[in-house]
Amino acid sequence: MIRFLLRKTVNIVLSLFVLATATFFLMKAIPGDPFMQEKNVPDVVRQNLIKFYGFDKPMWEQYLVYLNNLIHLDLGMSMRQQYQSVSDIIARSFTYSLQLGLVAIVVSIIVGIAVGLIAALYHRKLIDKLAMLFATLGIAVPNFVLGTIIQYYFANKFRFFDVAGLNDPSDFVLPTIALSVLPIAFIARLTRSTMLEVLSADYIRTAKAKGIGSLTILIRHALRNGLLPVVSYVGPMTANIITGSVVVESIFGIAGLGKFFTMSVSNRDYTLIMGITLFYAAILMFARFLTDIAYALIDPRIKMMKKGGGGHAAG
Amino acid sequence: MNDNDTVLSVKELQVAFRTRSGEVQGVRNVTFDLKKGEALAIVGESGSGKSVTAQSIMRLIPSPPGMVKGGTIQFNGQNILKKSEKEMEAIRGKEMGMIFQDPMTSLNPTMTIGRQITEVLIKHQNMDKKQARLRAIEMLRLVGLPSPDQRFSQYPHEFSGGMRQRAMIAIALACDPTLLIADEPTTALDVTIQAQILELMKDLQERLGTSIILITHDLGIVADMCDRVIVMYAGKVVEEGTKDEIFKNPKHPYTRGLLRSLPRLDQPKDEPLIPIDGTPPNMANPPIGCAFCDRCDFAMKICTEVDSKMITHSETHASRCWLHHSSYREE
Repeated sequence: MIRFLLRKTVNIVLSLFVLATATFFLMKAIPGDPFMQEKNVPDVVRQNLIKFYGFDKPMWEQYLVYLNNLIHLDLGMSMRQQYQSVSDIIARSFTYSLQLGLVAIVVSIIVGIAVGLIAALYHRKLIDKLAMLFATLGIAVPNFVLGTIIQYYFANKFRFFDVAGLNDPSDFVLPTIALSVLPIAFIARLTRSTMLEVLSADYIRTAKAKGIGSLTILIRHALRNGLLPVVSYVGPMTANIITGSVVVESIFGIAGLGKFFTMSVSNRDYTLIMGITLFYAAILMFARFLTDIAYALIDPRIKMMKKGGGGHAAG
Repeated sequence: MNDNDTVLSVKELQVAFRTRSGEVQGVRNVTFDLKKGEALAIVGESGSGKSVTAQSIMRLIPSPPGMVKGGTIQFNGQNILKKSEKEMEAIRGKEMGMIFQDPMTSLNPTMTIGRQITEVLIKHQNMDKKQARLRAIEMLRLVGLPSPDQRFSQYPHEFSGGMRQRAMIAIALACDPTLLIADEPTTALDVTIQAQILELMKDLQERLGTSIILITHDLGIVADMCDRVIVMYAGKVVEEGTKDEIFKNPKHPYTRGLLRSLPRLDQPKDEPLIPIDGTPPNMANPPIGCAFCDRCDFAMKICTEVDSKMITHSETHASRCWLHHSSYREE
C-alpha cells in the first residue's frame, strides 16, 4: 500500500512538473505581455511593471524563479486582479465551483445510474427507448443552449428561480441541471450497455441456477461488475465538474473558477493562468488516483499492491 | 413409467426460439425418464437441442426469445412448467443443481468462492453465516480442493480452471440436490483435468446418490460415466439405450456415424477418421421427414416424406429410423 501511494505521488509530482514547464514556455511563446492592453500608460510605468514582474530577465532565469516559487507553493500575485494572490483567487472561486460541482455530481451519478439500470432491465421496451432518446438528446444539446433555455423559461418567464447568483439553495437548481444533463446522459448510456453485458454473463446464469431471486442477482452479482466502467468515467468527470464550467458559470453569473480561468486567459494574466492550470491538473490527478483506489476496492482482480507469494495456483 | 424411483420425466417437450428469420425449433417432442441415482447422457452436436433441453428442466431458457411450446416436465412429482418463478427459485439450487461448460466465466469474478457457496446454503437451508461457512468448507474439501479454509476466502481468478470447476461442483451439490445437470462440464478443460473432474463427479454421484444428466458431445466421457444414453439430432431424440446398447449395437445411422468418427487407440495410425458429411438442417424451417436423411447413406424415399416413430429394439433400446421399421424389414 505504501509503495503504491509513493509511486502514485511521484507520478503526480512529475506530471505536474512537466505540465508547469510546458505551460510556462507555451505562454511565453505567444507574442505580447499582460500589460499590452493598458492604454495611455506612460512608457516608464510600463517598463517599471515589466521590471517588477521580472520579464526583463532572460527566459531561463524567469523559469527558474518560477519553479522555485512553485516548490514553495507560492503561485504568485495576479498580474491583473490588483493586490490579490493567485492562491486567494483560486480558494475563493473554488468554493463556489466546488459546492455547485458536488451537487451536480451527486445528481448525475444517482440519476444516471438509475436511468441506465431501468433502461437495461426494460431492454428494448418503450422505457428503454425513451431513456436512450433523452440520453442522446442530453449528449447532443450543448450546455450553453440548455442553460440559456432553462434560464429563460424558469427564471425569466415563469420566475420560479433567480436568474443569476448562488445565494440560497434554490439558486442551485438551474445551474445543476445545466451541469449534470451531459454526465447523466453519459452515465446512463454507460450503465445500460455494461449492465446489458453483465446480465447476459455466464455467472448471472449460474446465480439463477442457484435459485437466487432476480433483484438479489441484480444488486449482489450484476451491479458491482457493471459499475466498473462507470467508476472510471466518474473520476475524471468529477475533476471536470468541480473545477467549474466556463459556460454555465458565465450564464448564471457565478464567480467560480471557470469564470476566472477564461478571464485570466483573455487578460494574459500569466500567474493566474499557470495557477489555475496547475490546480486543475492536480485535482484531475487526485480524482484519477481516487478512481484507481475505487477500482481496486470493487474488483479483486485489480491489485493496488503486489502481495508476496499466494496469488495464482496451479492444479 | 411413473415408478416411485423416477426422479424426472420429460414428455413431448417442445421449445422454440423467436428470431428474425422466423421461429427456430430448438427441441422437438423430446421424451425421456430419469431414475433415482441414474446417470443419463444426452449426446449430440452443437445445436441438437441438448443444452436447451437441460435448461428447460431448470427453466433457465431466456424468454423471450425462448418459449416452451408444449409437453410436460415432471420432477419429483411436480410439474415444473406450471411453477411460478418464485416457486422455481426454491427448487433451483436446492433440488436441482447445474454445472456449466466454462468455469472461467461461470463464477462471479468479484465475489469470493466461499461467498458463492454460502449464498446457496443461506438461501435454501436456513443456515446462518457460521453454519454456512462450515458446510461450504466441507464441500470444498469434498470436491478435493487442498486447504479449503484458505480457498474459502479467495476469488475465482486465484483458482485454476480445474479448481474452478471443482468449486462449481461444490456450489451445485451444496444443498444435496436430487438432480445434477452437467452441461458439458469438461469441454473447457485440459484432458488430464477432464479425467479428474469426471472421476470426482462419478465418485460423488455414487456417494450421494444424485441423479445426473450429463450433456456432452464427447462419447468418451459417456462411456466413462453414464448408464444410459440419449442421442439427439436436430431437436429430436434419434436413439436411446443403455451404454452397451449404444456403443455395441448402434441402430440409427447418425449414432453409427458418431461412433465411426471417434478416434480409437487400437486403430492404425494411417487409417483416416470418417466424418459425417454435410451439415445439420436449418431449424427455422425443419424438414418434414427425417432431419438426418440429407446426410444419411441409407436414406429412402419415405425418409424425406415422413419422419419415423421411435422403434423399439429392446426394453431399453429404441431408435427413430425407417430402416428398423417392421414393414421394411419384412420386405
